[in-house]
Parts: sequence; structure tokens; C-alpha cells
Amino acid sequence: MLDYLVRRILVMIPTLIAISLITFTIIQLPPGDYLTTHIEELRSQGEAVDQSKIDFLRQQYGLDLPFHEKYLSWAWGFLHGDFGYSFEYNLPVSAVVGDRLMLSMILSFATVVFTWVVAFPIGVYSATHRYSAADHTLTFLGFLGLATPNFLFALVLLYFTNVLFGTSVGGLMDPKYIGQPWSLGKFGSVVEHLLVPVIVIGTSGTAGMIRRLRANLLDELNKLYVTTARAKGLPPGRALIKYPLRMALNPFIADIGNLLPQIVSGAAIVSVVLSLPTTGPMLLSALQSQDMYLAGSFLMFLAMLTVIGVLLSDIALAMLDPRIRLHGGVTR
Amino acid sequence: MTIRVPAREPVPHIVSPEPFDPYSVEAMTPRQERYYQASQWRLMWWRFRRHKIAVVSAVVLLLLYASVLVSEILAPYGLESRNPGFLLAPPQQVHLFHDGRLVGPFVYGLNYALNMENLRREYTDDPASVQPLRFFCRGDRYSFWGLVDSDFHVICPAQGGTLFLLGTDRLGRDMLSRIIYGTRISLTVGLLGITISLLLGMTLGGIAGYYGGKADMLIQRLIEVLRSFPELPLWMALSAALPVDWSPIVIYFGITIILGLLDWTGLARAVRSKLLALREEDFCAAAMLMGASPQRIIRRHLLPSFMSHIIASATLSIPSMILGETALSFLGLGLRPPITSWGVLLSESQNINVVVLYPWLMLPVVPVMVVVLAFNFFGDGLRDAADPYSH
Repeated sequence: MLDYLVRRILVMIPTLIAISLITFTIIQLPPGDYLTTHIEELRSQGEAVDQSKIDFLRQQYGLDLPFHEKYLSWAWGFLHGDFGYSFEYNLPVSAVVGDRLMLSMILSFATVVFTWVVAFPIGVYSATHRYSAADHTLTFLGFLGLATPNFLFALVLLYFTNVLFGTSVGGLMDPKYIGQPWSLGKFGSVVEHLLVPVIVIGTSGTAGMIRRLRANLLDELNKLYVTTARAKGLPPGRALIKYPLRMALNPFIADIGNLLPQIVSGAAIVSVVLSLPTTGPMLLSALQSQDMYLAGSFLMFLAMLTVIGVLLSDIALAMLDPRIRLHGGVTR
Repeated sequence: MTIRVPAREPVPHIVSPEPFDPYSVEAMTPRQERYYQASQWRLMWWRFRRHKIAVVSAVVLLLLYASVLVSEILAPYGLESRNPGFLLAPPQQVHLFHDGRLVGPFVYGLNYALNMENLRREYTDDPASVQPLRFFCRGDRYSFWGLVDSDFHVICPAQGGTLFLLGTDRLGRDMLSRIIYGTRISLTVGLLGITISLLLGMTLGGIAGYYGGKADMLIQRLIEVLRSFPELPLWMALSAALPVDWSPIVIYFGITIILGLLDWTGLARAVRSKLLALREEDFCAAAMLMGASPQRIIRRHLLPSFMSHIIASATLSIPSMILGETALSFLGLGLRPPITSWGVLLSESQNINVVVLYPWLMLPVVPVMVVVLAFNFFGDGLRDAADPYSH
């Protein structure tokens, strides 16, 4: 197990290096940088520019250095918890990012749990009642969830929760709780506001999860040991739960690698529509204003979120499934 | 007690007097013969035909793509024709009977009033003004594919009347016409994107699968890295990097390239795993022994045998591109007006007021959903048909 773990983590290192390289290249792509744009903007308005501060920033963040030196200093800083400087907010990136990243993680986690909770009963039901009316309906609903653009679904759902339950529109909590200390009411309000994004983001991933669980369970149910169990007179419920279901559960964990990027993607756009204080809206504005270190940190963190998520799911899978642990084979 | 044994009937003569043809056992019914002699593509077609939803989807897609060729003629208005008197007008209903009398398809004219209390624009039907639709008629002038000037439309409003079957937007432009024009952009984004993704996926997947070893390792790692990025933020970052001073049409190509650049990983994996299985086959070894070059083996022997699978998986990944373009344009990072796609149209419905006051602005979502569903079902059908020898 330890052997597998060490190997798995060692493989992660080059992946992370490649990710950081790609991220940095992308944020370097737009011509010019935030400071030049900013200075020009100020000059056109006839305002004085504090040249010494600009020079200091330029030097501090090495904006005039060649590409590889810039990358190395950025990556080195990243390793030490210095994520660079957000020009737009005039603050170190770490001060801006903290809360939002936390919230993104909470949102992603809640969505994964939601996906599991919804996909599990539906998947089992449609596998055991194959080709029934309910199976077809659920499959179609799944397809519909896949085909609806997240952002529009979010808007409509937001409207209905507002009309039906009086939930305030947008944001993470009711305006009256903002700036208040944590209380039961505030917690309830946050949960209420998280419901819409979790459902909306969850729908796209749930459909895929249901299909995979259904297919896996059907494969297992057709195997001979299930027939033997039935022939021996095991009650149908027990013959389903004891082995086939446990075998079919693997994708729940193994699929996190596919599910997480999807969820993080969905969260980005849904948060913009619902103006949730997560990474999404800030990433968008950072990209638009060429606030490169902020945008870069967000991209890097989001990618790391999925890489670490996959690592955790691989470890969990290795613990659950001795075949993977012993062969040290590639999962998924 | 005696057991009565029933008297035996004499066994009838069972040898047939007919002449016996010993080959009749091996002979096939005409149906079987047709099946065994059919080419691979014909078998696939038969298999595909059985998947009813897929066939319907294929027809829908075909019609939509055909409409792309003649968008200008199908749309009742031009892409940018504004009707300043009818901003944010709701959809007009088509009626057949007026005062119990058959008039043929017509719409009632719109009366406009500004509600002074909540400043809402309120439109009501004007029963006095009956505006029969015109078919195959002259209407707004347009330039067909930017080449030929014309004013021929399949359907137009009555002279001096209006025809807003799906309402108008905040500049008084007809939504239906804009959706029809948007189809042209939205559908081709998917096709161009998938072409790029196919080229990349087949080349890189082909190299990985055929050569194996180091090249395989490297490409596998690259795929893994790309897949661990959440798609949308990466798309956002790349399209934000497109220079602002590019013309909308160049941006359009830029966006399709971005969509294609990140999508090839799935295809490459499919190609690789198929190649790994196929290159162990005997016909491949035979070709190699006869001195065929790797390029020739890949092109002549391997590609044809898994092309069908690749086309099926490519079809299944078009929807994600269309949805991706929609999302990007919605966020304002994708296509820019005057290029009009469904996503650009949807970016008008960014806030909740639209849901309450002008729900018809959300209608472009209908074609998005129809196309995404159709591509999914069509792809499913293709995938089932791709392997016609399995049962």
C-alpha cells in the first residue's frame, strides 16, 4: 500500500509541473500586461502616475524578465505560498483568493455528494428495472439535464426558488446576514442559497454517473455467480446488495477524476450567473482585466483541486479494491 | 391384473420419394445470403436503421444543417433589421379564423402602451388589424452569403405589418430571424472544432498507439495533464487571450481552434486503444513483413478498420463544443456581435428580469437543447452501428 502511495504521489509531481507551465504560458499569452494598460488608462485621464511604485512592481514581479526567468520566479514563489500580486485589488493574491477558494471547494464537495446521493438510487433502480417506463423516463431526464446549458437552468431555478420559497436572489446568503457573526439562521441561509447551484451543477454530472452505474451493475448482474446465488435461494435483495452492488460501486470513486473537472467547470459559470463569491466570477474579471497573477493562481488552484481530488479517489480505490493495490495498475 | 398394452400401429413409410439435393443443408436463405455478402458499410447502415431515435435525430440534424445554407431566405427579417416601434415585443400568435371566417394564417397587429406605473412596455393584440402572412414574397433586402443581393423570403409579414413569431429583443430585432441566422454560426462552430480535434486526436493517438514506448508515455502524460484542467476555465483563459482588435470573423476561427485544441484528448485515447488492439492482428503483421511503411500500414490497413468508431465518438463530442461556445459567448468571452450565435443571443438573457418579464429572450436555448440531444442520440446510434459484426 505504502509502495503504491509513494509511486502515485511521485507521478503527480511532473503532472503538476506541466500544469503550472501551461497555466503560466496561457496567462502570458495576451499582448501587453496589466501595468502598461493601467498606466495608459491613467495617462489618458490626465492623472499622475506614481512612477516609483510602478517601477517597484515591475521589478518585484519581474515583468521585464525573459519568459523562463519569469516562470521560475513565479513557480518558486508559488511553492513558498507567495502567489504573486493582484494589480486590480492592490493586494497579494493570497489575501484575495483565500475565502473564495474555500467556498469553491465546499461547493464542489457538496455537488459530488449530491451527485452520489441522486445517482445511486436511480442507477440501481434503472438497472434492476431495465427497459421499464421509469427507466426510460429517468434516462431521458438525464439526457435533458445534459443538454440544458447550466447558466440558463440556474436562472430559471433561481426565479422559482424566489417565487416559491422567497429565497433572496443571488449571492451566498440573505443580505441581512452579511457581516454578521455565524448563527444558526445564517448557516441555514447559506445552505438554502447553495441548493440551487448544487442542483444545477450536479445535473450534468449525475446523468453520466447514472449511466455508468447502470451499465456496471447490469454487467455484474449477468454474471454466473449471481445466477448461482439466486439458484441457491438467496433472497433477491440480498443477492443484489451482497456482491453485485459492491462491485458496481467502483465508478463512484473512480469517476471522481472525470467528475471533478466537470463540476469545477460548471461551478465557474453558474457562480457568475448567481453571483456567488466563489472563484468563478473573480477568475472572469481577472481574465478580462489581464490581472495575470490572480488569474494564473485561480487556474492553478482549480487544476490542483482536480489533481488532488483524483489522488484521493485513487487512494480510496486502492484501499477498497485489492486488485488495484496489488497490481499497482492504472485506475479508471 | 393384466396390463393392456395398446396394439402397435405399423410405422408409416418415411423415406421421401422426392430427389434429394445434398447441398440444400448448406444453402442459405436469400436473406442470409444478402447479409453475408453485404459490405461493412451496408451492414452498418442496416444496424443504424434499427435505432429509430437515432434515425429521427439524423433527419433533424440534416434539416438544420440544410437550413444553414439558406438562412437568409428562411428568416422573415434580416439579421440586423430593427423595428424601433416594437422593442421587446412578445411573440405574436398565428390565427386562422377571424370573426368565425377563415382568413388563412394571419396575425393581429400589436398595440403598444407604456404602463406609467411600472414602466413596462405592454403590447396587446389589435383585433381590428388583421395582417395575413405572405409566402414566397419580397421583404427585407439581404446579401445572400455576402455575394448576391436579393429580397426573396419564404415567409414575410403583411405589407406594413409585423411578424414576430418569437418576439423581439431590446433593439426590436425579430428573435426567430436571429435564431435562424445563429444556427449558421453555432452549428459550424461544432463542425470546425471537431475537424481540428479529429486531426489532432488521430495524429497523436495514432503515434501513441502505433509506436508505443516513449512516444506513447509522453502523449499519455500530456493527455492526463490536459484532462485534469477544468475545461471551461481553460477555455475562458484562452479566449480572453484573443486580442481585442481582431475582427469578429477571426475571433470566430480563434474560438473554434480553442475548442478543438482542448477536445482531442478523448479521441486520441480512443484511437490509441483501438490501434493497440489492431496492430496485433495478423493482417498487420503480414503487411509489415511485406515491407510496408508504418505510414502505409496506418493509413491503408488500420484507419479503415476503426474509422467508424472514431466517427461515432467524434459525433458524441460535438455537443460539448456547441455547449462550450454557448457558455463562452454567454460570458462575453466568446463570439462577438455582429457575429450572431445562439450563445450570443442568450447573453441577452443574463439576469433574472428576463425570466420574469421577457421569457421569450430565452428561446434560443430550445435549438441548443434540440441539437445537443440529437447529436447525442445520433452518436449513440452510430456507436452501436460502428461494430456491425457484434450481436
